[in-house]
Amino acid sequence: MSLLARSGQRIALLMLVLFTTHLHASGPLRIAAASDLRYALDDIVDLYRTANPDAAIEVIYGSSGKMTTQIINGAPYDLFFSADISFPERLKAEGLTSSEPAVYALGRIVIWSNTVNAVGLTLEDLASDAVTRIAIAQPAHAPYGLRAKEAMQSAGVWQAVQRKLVFGENIAHTAQMVESGAAQVGIIALSLARFPELAKHGHHLIDNALHNPLTQGYVVTKRGGNKAEAMAFAGFMATGQAHNIMTRYGFIMPE
Amino acid sequence: MFTLGPAEWQAIEVTFRLCLYTTIILLVLAMPLAWWLAKGRSYARVVVQAVVALPLVLPPTVLGFYLLMALGPRGVVGKTLEDLGFHHLAFSFEGILIASVIYSMPFAVQPLTEAFSNLGRRPVEVASSLGAGALDRFRTVILPLTRGGFVVAATLTFAHTLGEFGVILMLGGSIPGETKVLSVLIYDHAEGMNYAAAHSLSLMLLIFAFITLFVVYSITRRFRVASV
Repeated sequence: MSLLARSGQRIALLMLVLFTTHLHASGPLRIAAASDLRYALDDIVDLYRTANPDAAIEVIYGSSGKMTTQIINGAPYDLFFSADISFPERLKAEGLTSSEPAVYALGRIVIWSNTVNAVGLTLEDLASDAVTRIAIAQPAHAPYGLRAKEAMQSAGVWQAVQRKLVFGENIAHTAQMVESGAAQVGIIALSLARFPELAKHGHHLIDNALHNPLTQGYVVTKRGGNKAEAMAFAGFMATGQAHNIMTRYGFIMPE
Repeated sequence: MFTLGPAEWQAIEVTFRLCLYTTIILLVLAMPLAWWLAKGRSYARVVVQAVVALPLVLPPTVLGFYLLMALGPRGVVGKTLEDLGFHHLAFSFEGILIASVIYSMPFAVQPLTEAFSNLGRRPVEVASSLGAGALDRFRTVILPLTRGGFVVAATLTFAHTLGEFGVILMLGGSIPGETKVLSVLIYDHAEGMNYAAAHSLSLMLLIFAFITLFVVYSITRRFRVASV
C-alpha cells in the first residue's frame, strides 16, 4: 500500500477514535468557579478528596460573567459557583440549569497593596496623587469589579480615579497585578487577601454599605443534573467543615 | 527546577496530542493545496493564498470568536452536529484541533508551496513520460526532492501550534485534559500566583522553541528551502 493511502487510512481511524471517545465521555465532575474562590475552594476540594479518594473533580476559575458566557456557549461544567447570584439566575432563565440558584456565601471587598501599607488607606485616599495605579476587576463581567466601582462611586472618587485604573480580567488576575507591583493598590476580594501569601501585607476592609451585596450563588447546570457527584459536592459545601474554610477566608455564611 | 505535577503532565499530554494531530492533518491538507498554488499565478490562487495567510495577521481573538460562534451549540456547525445526535465542538479537544488546523495553516502551506515551486514541473513530467503512476511519482520523485520543505512545514506547524494561546482560551476555555494546553496552564499559574510552576513550564517552552527554530534554520540552509 502506498504511503499516501496508508496515512490517509490512519488519519480516518484517528478521527473516528477521537469523535467516538468524546461521545462516550461522562468524565470528571467539572466545577466552574468565580476567581474569588480560587484558594478557599481549592482547600475545600482537597478536604472533599480526603473523604472521597475516588472523586474526580476539576475546578476551572474565571470571572463569573465569562463562565456564564462559556456555559451558554456549551462549556461542559456541572456546577457553577458564581460571585454573584444574578449569573446563575441568568442561566436558569436560559433553561441551562437543573437546580434553583442558591446563596452559598457573602463576599467582601478590600483595598490591598504589596508596595504600600494599605491598612490605613481609605477609598478617599485613592484619589490622592500619591496613588498612581489602581487595579480593579473588569466591572462588565466580574462582580468584584462592579462592586469596587460602586464603592468608589459612593465614596465620590470614581471620576477622580478614572485615569489611574487598570482592569484585571477577573479578581484573581487583579490581585496578581497588585502582587507583582505593576499596580500600586487594588480593590480585591477579602478571600484573596486572606490567602497566606497575600496576607503578609495588610488590607483595608471596605464598608459594605457603600456597594450592593456580593451575594454569591451557585447552581447545578443542566449537564450536571445527570451527575450524582454534582449534588454530593453541592451538599458538601453546606457542611460545617466547608463553612469553616469559607469563614477562614473571610466569607460570611448565609443564615 | 522542573517540578512537574499531574496537572503539568496532563497539559503536556494534551499539548503534544494537539500539536501532533494538527501537524498530520495539516500536512495532508496542505500537500494538494500547495501543489495547486505552486502551479501558476491566477487570481483564484492569489485569493486562496490570501485566505490561507489570514491567521498571520488576524488577532487570534477574531478567529476564536467566529469559531466559538460557529462551533458552539447555537452555531451553524455546532447546532447541525447536535441535531445529528453528535456533540457540539466548543470547549472540546476536537474544537481546538479544528482551530489549530486553521490557525497554523500558513505555516504548512507556505513552505510546501515554496518547495513545489522550486521543484518545477519538469521532474514530474519526465517521470510521467517514463510511465510512473501518480502515487509512484509522488513517492519516488516529489517527496525525495522536496523533503526539506516537508520537514520545515511539519516543524513550523508543530511549533506554531505549541505557541497558540488566544484562540484556545476563547474557544476551549481551560478544561483539564481536554483544552488546557501548556500556554493556558502557564497563564493560569501566573494568575494564581504560582510563579514557580509558571516559571518551570515557561523555561521548558523557551528551550523547546529555540531548539525547534534552530532545527528549522539548519534545514533551511541545508536544503535551500524558504521558510515563512
